Amino acid sequence: MMILLAVLSIYPVFFMINTALKSKPDYITNRFGFPHSIALQNFREVFLGENFPRWFLNSIILTVASVLISLVIALLAAFALSRYKFKIREGILKFIISLMMVPPVIMLIPLFIFMSKINLTNTYTGIVLIYTGLLLPFSIYLLTTFFRSVPQSIIESASIDGCNSIRILKNILIPMSMPPIMTLVVINALWVWNELLLALIFLQKDNFKTLMTGITVFKSRYNIDVPLTMMGLFVITIPMVLIYFLAQKYFIRGLVSGSLKE
Amino acid sequence: MRNRQKFTEITLFLLPAILIIGFIYLFPLVKVFQYSFMRLSGNNFKYIGFTNYINIFNDPRFIIGLKNNFILLISIPFILILAIFFAVLLYERMAGWKFYRFSLFLPYILAIPVIGVVFGYIFQLNGILNYFLEKLGLSFLIHDWFGSSKFAIWTLMFVIMWKELGFSIIMIFARLLSVNQELYEAAEIDGASWIKKHIYITIPQCLNVISFLSVILIITMFAWVFNYVFTLTRGGPGNSTIVSEFYIYTTAFRDSNMGMGSASSVILFIIMLALIIAYAKLFGKEEVN
Repeated sequence: MMILLAVLSIYPVFFMINTALKSKPDYITNRFGFPHSIALQNFREVFLGENFPRWFLNSIILTVASVLISLVIALLAAFALSRYKFKIREGILKFIISLMMVPPVIMLIPLFIFMSKINLTNTYTGIVLIYTGLLLPFSIYLLTTFFRSVPQSIIESASIDGCNSIRILKNILIPMSMPPIMTLVVINALWVWNELLLALIFLQKDNFKTLMTGITVFKSRYNIDVPLTMMGLFVITIPMVLIYFLAQKYFIRGLVSGSLKE
Repeated sequence: MRNRQKFTEITLFLLPAILIIGFIYLFPLVKVFQYSFMRLSGNNFKYIGFTNYINIFNDPRFIIGLKNNFILLISIPFILILAIFFAVLLYERMAGWKFYRFSLFLPYILAIPVIGVVFGYIFQLNGILNYFLEKLGLSFLIHDWFGSSKFAIWTLMFVIMWKELGFSIIMIFARLLSVNQELYEAAEIDGASWIKKHIYITIPQCLNVISFLSVILIITMFAWVFNYVFTLTRGGPGNSTIVSEFYIYTTAFRDSNMGMGSASSVILFIIMLALIIAYAKLFGKEEVN
């Protein structure tokens, strides 16, 4: 049973890699078997494709910028929501949590009309701003629940030693919070890297396209060359698999300690 | 003095988040409501009452879209049952669990557009699935999985399940890691069978996660399936696999009817809101703490 499921979840990936390594004539005569010889020219050809390197760069810029900016803003907000007591604190947190459930498609039309008005479509700034905003609710929620689980005594002894708030956040809370921070980095990076709808609408010019919107073009343009398409798909998957493995150590621990504290 | 400093610090720390959230969430939510009562062409915005709402409810594509969102809900119980089952197997460290963990999480890492294109080829009429079916002597099962309007939505549902299962497994697995080991030990001493142990300990212990996942999955099926539809079927064949998001996208950005697009966004939002309120009523207390 387990084996069947493992096969089922791995097979499409195997199919992708297997096909990516075939040459075009090999694919036509031998569609489902192993490649007769490993054809690495697809790999080169993907990167020689006129726009592919540019899309790759765009995806990296957008992912790094949105993940980092949202992380910094969420850390500050989570600090305020966990280390100070004030009247509307729980109200703000509850409100932010409920926003997690609002899908971006609902904000799409007003955002597009507004961004067109201030000329922020087809710019990095516009889309990074939107991605950052969409990442914030979950990030704030996860970090706040984690910060609240840090014993108050640690913070108090630091403030007696004369640490100000920024130093407490930087020198004590952040180093203690690596599991939830890494979890956020993985989840958020995956989300931005894989996002399609907003990229499709806000980045329509060819040189601003991301890999995900690029694929749709790529697929229709190279429709006959299936191995080349598969190589393209394989290449854009690699960075995310790498991130997952680098952060795996923290990943599950972060989920346990943060989001599902019960 | 101290109080004023505290107030300044809270404001400074919260301000960036509140500004961005206000701009990305609150401002558009107000605007989309306003736009849904308007005709928007160029710079000319005009109030037209409920016309957009009347139009979308008379548009068969909108109705098919909503209906398909409801059809997709059918997959949720299957996802949850499979996820509990596989999370338990992983938790019990069956032989090779690290390999299985990787293989089960793999779909979660992959991008939906990537999955979409790959599955598009697998389910083609002359794709590998039908090739295997023929080799196994099951030719009667051969179908044009995405090409027939009868099967397309179910094939789509299969791909969605394939992808979404991984996240549910991760979440339940993560919860199981923090279940008190003594509960299981006590049950084993009492001679409880494997099945009983999990029905009476695992499921109650995971109830919070399961309810959390149910809500996430309901929301996913209503408002996060655009990527699948866009890369796999573009709503076709015919209009058989349109979902609400795809309807909003095509209406607003292909047919340039922002007013009707806004009206359908509002309807979708009201459905979401009803779900969120129902959720908050049922499980809200546990969730915040």
